[in-house]
Amino acid sequence: MSKIGRFGDFGGQYIPETVMTAVHELEAAYDKYKDDPQFKAELAELYRDYANRPSMLYYAEKMTKDLGGAKVYIKREDLNHTGAHKINNVLGQLLLAKKMGKKRIIAETGAGQHGVATATVCALMGLECEVYMGSTDMERQSLNVYRMNLLGAKVTGVNSGTATLKDAINEAFRDWCSNIDTTFYCIGSVMGPHPYPTMVRDFQKIIGEEIKAQLMEREGKLPDAVVACVGGGSNAMGAFYDFIENKEVRLIGAEAAGRGIDTPDHAATVAMGDLGIFHGMKSLFLQNEYGQIDEVYSISAGLDYPGIGPEHAYLHSIGRADYYSITDEEAVNAFEYLSKTEGIIPAIESAHAVAAAMRMIPEMDKDQIVVINLSGRGDKDVYSIARYRGVELDEK
Amino acid sequence: MKNRIDACFEALKAEGRKALVTFVTAGDPDLATTENLVTEMFDSGADLVEIGVPFSDPIAEGGTIQRASLRALKHKTNLDQIFEMVSRLRDTTDKPILLMMYINTVFRYGTEKFFDNCKKVQIDGVIIPDMPFEERDEVKEYAEKTGVRSIYLVAPTSKERVKMIAEESKGFLYIVSSLGVTGTRSEISTDFDELLAPLKEGNYCPACIGFGISNGEQAKKMASYCDGCIIGSAIVNIVEKYGKDSIQPVGEFVKSVREALDS
Repeated sequence: MSKIGRFGDFGGQYIPETVMTAVHELEAAYDKYKDDPQFKAELAELYRDYANRPSMLYYAEKMTKDLGGAKVYIKREDLNHTGAHKINNVLGQLLLAKKMGKKRIIAETGAGQHGVATATVCALMGLECEVYMGSTDMERQSLNVYRMNLLGAKVTGVNSGTATLKDAINEAFRDWCSNIDTTFYCIGSVMGPHPYPTMVRDFQKIIGEEIKAQLMEREGKLPDAVVACVGGGSNAMGAFYDFIENKEVRLIGAEAAGRGIDTPDHAATVAMGDLGIFHGMKSLFLQNEYGQIDEVYSISAGLDYPGIGPEHAYLHSIGRADYYSITDEEAVNAFEYLSKTEGIIPAIESAHAVAAAMRMIPEMDKDQIVVINLSGRGDKDVYSIARYRGVELDEK
Repeated sequence: MKNRIDACFEALKAEGRKALVTFVTAGDPDLATTENLVTEMFDSGADLVEIGVPFSDPIAEGGTIQRASLRALKHKTNLDQIFEMVSRLRDTTDKPILLMMYINTVFRYGTEKFFDNCKKVQIDGVIIPDMPFEERDEVKEYAEKTGVRSIYLVAPTSKERVKMIAEESKGFLYIVSSLGVTGTRSEISTDFDELLAPLKEGNYCPACIGFGISNGEQAKKMASYCDGCIIGSAIVNIVEKYGKDSIQPVGEFVKSVREALDS
């Protein structure tokens, strides 16, 4: 087994030969620019002036009182430009793409947040943009499809397989194989072949760095736990990374249990997945005994991915991070709870993290601190939550 | 016993002929048809046959083979059934049979068990398009132990990697004709003389060009650059159209390519 881009046994570069040179080119460019002062300064400026960083760390006083346990802080990635943490990664990757002289950007998207972020930054940087999106997801997230169109991106529906995120990734890989010279593939999570899991985590790790500094200023100490939702796992890796060395800080990922992990309708990769090799990486995947990748389900289009980033699989394997399975019902309850309690409508993805935190907070002491990474805002989910609750909304 | 792939290319070289490698997806539309198709292709002039193991997410495939995989998976075609089919085929044919499959299928089955079974049912080689040179250790030990040939791919983008990959490839070297995924193409514009130049000097295994070859004329042209050609999607298109009745039309197509190659 090669040692390239490994987290323990996880990771690697399992991709067709056709894209191997492009991956190596990306690796070389990333190695060159990641510590380049000019690149870092440009990215810092974009983070500050365009993405609205640092994002706030908000003390959720009402929620704290109501739950009666640990103090609750909410990291407001939902207040970033485009409404989610995705912009952090996209700004980093597309700045790199520009340095590499790439003119055409492709991306996959599930909920549409990464697609919107990519379309946005392509508009900003004057790059051609094509976003692959499962046709099932396009129906669930029509608002984001239109948003991407407004931003000048072409959204291409993918009908193959389950017509969701994994199929969009398959199609983006196929496009990349065909257009390798001109095209930069902007992967939206800490997944795929090396260097993506490392690079995307590096572009997201500012979340955890900010949490640490902000909490130190407010409370003079580290949190007892950091909680984040996990699909591929980029907002969680971003929030966790700076705390990995602080062994006393519990790292909790919340994955989608859909209709329950005792049903076939879930996306709980850590709880129910097995070691496999797919989408360029060795990691945990939901699959059958012959290695066919499962159809997965979650109310959240951003979490219904049958795998997990290799660094999460590693953190799980060494016991450094724990992963809770959160059902649709728990997530919707948390969605409504945070809306009513704090006046913050979370993305349904992020509501999984809220639900996981709500499980543990009441059991904790009042002098303990939990930080919830609120990865995105929930405007996009209002229709699907209404549908879940059986409320008919007149969209006209 | 000598590996059938090696023996096949040696015999072809002695006769001054080019290899015709053909592909079908196992279980499309069903395994009984696949079994008959393999026999028919050998009878019609194929030298080697690749059997595609259907995978849920075949990222290196174009629409044709993606759809074939879906058809095969609809009735749950699996690797054990494919091993059984090859075992039956071995009663009637002694020509080289290869599996083309994705790395997760091998890994999940158990790499050691997989290669042991290949040896048992006499599968002569495997092609794993999503296992590049860098990840060769995933199978190398087991492939070498069992004598099953591990065939690597070279793409138009490989350039300075060509030599390194060719040194690793056993049986033959699979030259990907153009950028992109599998599927027929009206035109193939890669400069093969340039791409394959690094292999002019030295003792490498034979090379065959595949991806996008749709007729005898193209096959002849592609084979002129190397030791043979590989035809997949063009055959799977016929299977898609005729289903269980595809034996005869596939046979006729393979014959036509054979004639063009030998002309």
